[in-house]
Amino acid sequence: MTGFILIVIAALFFPGIILRTKSIASGRKGPGLFQPLKDIAVLLRKGSVFSISTGLIFRIAPSVALISVAGAMLLLPFSEHKAILHFEGDFIMFAYLLALGKFFMIIAALDTGSSFEGMGASREALYSMLVEPAFFILLATFAMFSSYTSFSVIFNHFYITGNDYVFIYSIIGAYLFVQIAMVENSRLPVDDPKTHLELTMVHEVIILDYSGFDKALIHMATNLKFALYGSLIYNLLVPAGWNTLLKIGAFFGVQTLFAVIIGITESFRARNKMNKNPKFILTLTTIALIAFMVILILTEKLV
Amino acid sequence: MFGSVAFLIIIALSLLIFAVSEPLKYYFTLALLLAGVALSGSWSIDILTGSAPAIELILFRPAHGPGFVLTLDSLSAFFVIVINITVLIGFFYARGYLAPYRQTKQNTRFSIHFFSYFWLWLSMLMVVMLRDGLAFLVAWEIMALSSFFLVIFEAEDRKIMKTGISYLIQMHVGMFFILIAFLLVYRSTGRLSFDALAEYFDGHHNLPLFLLFFVGFAIKAGFVPMHTWLPEAHPAAPSHVSGIMSGVMIKMGIYGIARVLASMQSDLLATGIFILVISIMSGLGGIMMALVQSDMKKMLAYSTIENIGIIGIGLGLGVTGQALGSQSLALLGFAGALLHVFNHSLFKSLLFFNAGSVYYATHTRNMEQMGGLMKKMPWTAMMFLTGSLAICGLPPFNGFISEYLIYMGMFYSLSDATLYISLLMIVAILALSLIGGLALFAFTRAFGIVFLGEARTAAMNHAGETTPGMIIPQVFTVGLILLVGLGSSVVVKPVFNNVMITWGLKGMPMVAGALSYNLSRISLAGGILVVTLGALLLYRRYHLSRRVVEAGPTWGCGYTAITPRHQYTANSFSGNFNVLAKPVLRTGKIVDLPDENELFPGKREFFTRSHDIFRLYLIDLPVNRLSGLLKKIAVMQTGQIRHYILYAFLFMLLVLLLSLFNII
Repeated sequence: MTGFILIVIAALFFPGIILRTKSIASGRKGPGLFQPLKDIAVLLRKGSVFSISTGLIFRIAPSVALISVAGAMLLLPFSEHKAILHFEGDFIMFAYLLALGKFFMIIAALDTGSSFEGMGASREALYSMLVEPAFFILLATFAMFSSYTSFSVIFNHFYITGNDYVFIYSIIGAYLFVQIAMVENSRLPVDDPKTHLELTMVHEVIILDYSGFDKALIHMATNLKFALYGSLIYNLLVPAGWNTLLKIGAFFGVQTLFAVIIGITESFRARNKMNKNPKFILTLTTIALIAFMVILILTEKLV
Repeated sequence: MFGSVAFLIIIALSLLIFAVSEPLKYYFTLALLLAGVALSGSWSIDILTGSAPAIELILFRPAHGPGFVLTLDSLSAFFVIVINITVLIGFFYARGYLAPYRQTKQNTRFSIHFFSYFWLWLSMLMVVMLRDGLAFLVAWEIMALSSFFLVIFEAEDRKIMKTGISYLIQMHVGMFFILIAFLLVYRSTGRLSFDALAEYFDGHHNLPLFLLFFVGFAIKAGFVPMHTWLPEAHPAAPSHVSGIMSGVMIKMGIYGIARVLASMQSDLLATGIFILVISIMSGLGGIMMALVQSDMKKMLAYSTIENIGIIGIGLGLGVTGQALGSQSLALLGFAGALLHVFNHSLFKSLLFFNAGSVYYATHTRNMEQMGGLMKKMPWTAMMFLTGSLAICGLPPFNGFISEYLIYMGMFYSLSDATLYISLLMIVAILALSLIGGLALFAFTRAFGIVFLGEARTAAMNHAGETTPGMIIPQVFTVGLILLVGLGSSVVVKPVFNNVMITWGLKGMPMVAGALSYNLSRISLAGGILVVTLGALLLYRRYHLSRRVVEAGPTWGCGYTAITPRHQYTANSFSGNFNVLAKPVLRTGKIVDLPDENELFPGKREFFTRSHDIFRLYLIDLPVNRLSGLLKKIAVMQTGQIRHYILYAFLFMLLVLLLSLFNII
């Protein structure tokens, strides 16, 4: 339960911190910390326009996406506080729940009949397909190292093994989670949320036709998804033995740091060329395989 | 005793299908099927619930020889249930699907069709129940023949006839492998039966015989590279037939492999790795090729190969688990494979029936011409969506459960595995997750292009929803999909028992107990998901009712003269993947460019096409080489009798010389 609430709180600040970082880095005054939340509030007050081409799928997809992220949140622990739902192999469900949301957003884009949205949907499908193996290999290494297969137990057993080199592994793991989160949330360097040209968009173009309530749901889902990955990174980096207040502090520290990293990346980096993205994402799988090698060494299977 | 007599009567009555007059013919066949399904289903349920360990029914036993004796054990019973459900639903669906053909086709054609359908069902039951090798092969042959007659229902079309013949030939190639394998067993044990396998395996190397059986059964199951019949035959057959062929008939190959595996005693690790490699190839190859098809049924056929790959990964893991003495890996691998057999029979038959309904309404299978069909056929669209979600393994549908079991097997075994096994597992995990991602790509494409957006051709505007008679059987399948997806902890128990009995595993309850707890949590999560989604959608409705909701055209990004032809097509949707997968798929464009001096270029056509490289390099190329070689040898075949006499003389001379020098 603690994990769930903390993620929701972190999600409130997350987009604001990214925005602030970006405006400070570019020397602008920029919007306030709560501007993204105010945007959502405005969207909730507005009416909606639906394209005449669209049908049921377009209307239910944002709700499915939000519920699937919320469902994934149920599976995440907060240090030794177990998740609301925990069972062996819950991370498989985690990955597939996020995929469920993605499935619906992709077909919703195709429902509008717009060629631009079809293009975005195709890219989104390709990138999420390519990033899947990296996530699963990373989790396989967790399972192999800790001998557990549930989020709620894996992380607790991470630092108990008494192996001092676990730290190296945690860093690789955290780096991968950051990168996977960037791909999954369609941020730089794979996708640029601030681009103005539909041809160069991935995620932004598939939600082009949304307005009002549904668009607010999509924004909520995105923010929650950020905090979701932030929470994964926190669990990986912070040992369970710490004192509770310290841990809550560390949680928000990690989330803030994550948001700042995203903000800084977006300020100083250009988006990849579209046809370079697959290579970039496949590199993540390669890094995950390196993490696997590290674990093989740590568990003394490989010299 | 009563059972076997009743069964024989049902079989005998099937001949009357030819005699019964037209309107009753369908119902007569249906009645026979229902009776047979009830009878065999009740036996299977007895066995699966544990009230009877095994049932033996003597259909026919001559004074000498084994005759036809049906033996049901738990593995057979499981497959009987799988067969019965899909075959019955398929037959209900067939009534509506065949209706338009009634004006054009003769009565006899329907008689042959129904008769073959009944015998396909019967032969599949026989295949899973007969233990005697010879009787088994007879049933196997009847299965090939009856499905052949079902495939060539529209035999007026030359192409379909040709596909049918090539299907028949490939099935027989498979049968010869099985026959040879049985004969090897016969030579050393004196018995021609599945029961003699254990005796044979006891004293011999296990792998060679397994490979013989595997090739034979894999041709039926459609493992790469023995899959070449599958993407041809499935689209050619009427949709209810493709549904049961893909849903259950190919699973007879899996049954055969499972049956052989259950008797194996050594070489297990090599066997496991072999199955894993072939299965990963099938899974990845199948789904990659599915992703670039524009024929709807061909796409589903390739996705069948992918799912056979997933089942194979489960079997391979199970055998590996046995080899390593890891009970949990063995249980989860085999249970995942068996459950996926059941799940795939549900959602793939559903998808084929939907594809059939689309064909029924639009008279085309080409996805590029479709679009916007959800508005015309909402029921079919929703069912195709369910099938797609299930086949992608997304919760809370049934595909997730079987993939979860297979994943769990791998994750459990990782922690105490040796280096090489860890590497093997990581490759399998990599493959399975990639297959999952590709399936999502392929099925968003299929659903989105066919059912969503705007109609791409004017022909789509005349499409309409199919009859309730075709929809209701499919709703039943959807119900079963949800039942397995949400009630997995109950459904999985008989499957676990089955695996434990069939593969003789011991000490299972602990892992099994933990798993049914996990599965109950998954059901709970699925339930929460459905309920909260419902609540959110209700709130959304309330929220929107108090706001201004308008309708307008899709935002054209500044361009105002958009036509439905501008939409993304199936081909463009997979375009970026095509670029990436070029080394494997060899996608090429065929464009005929205008000449330089052609002042007014006329109408031109443009094709893209991809290749099945497994077929190209592993089947076509060697066969072409071989037939080239044989053509050269055919020079000897002059057609003149004196030459043949000369050959005979030379041969005898050769024999004489060889025996003179004591070589033979």
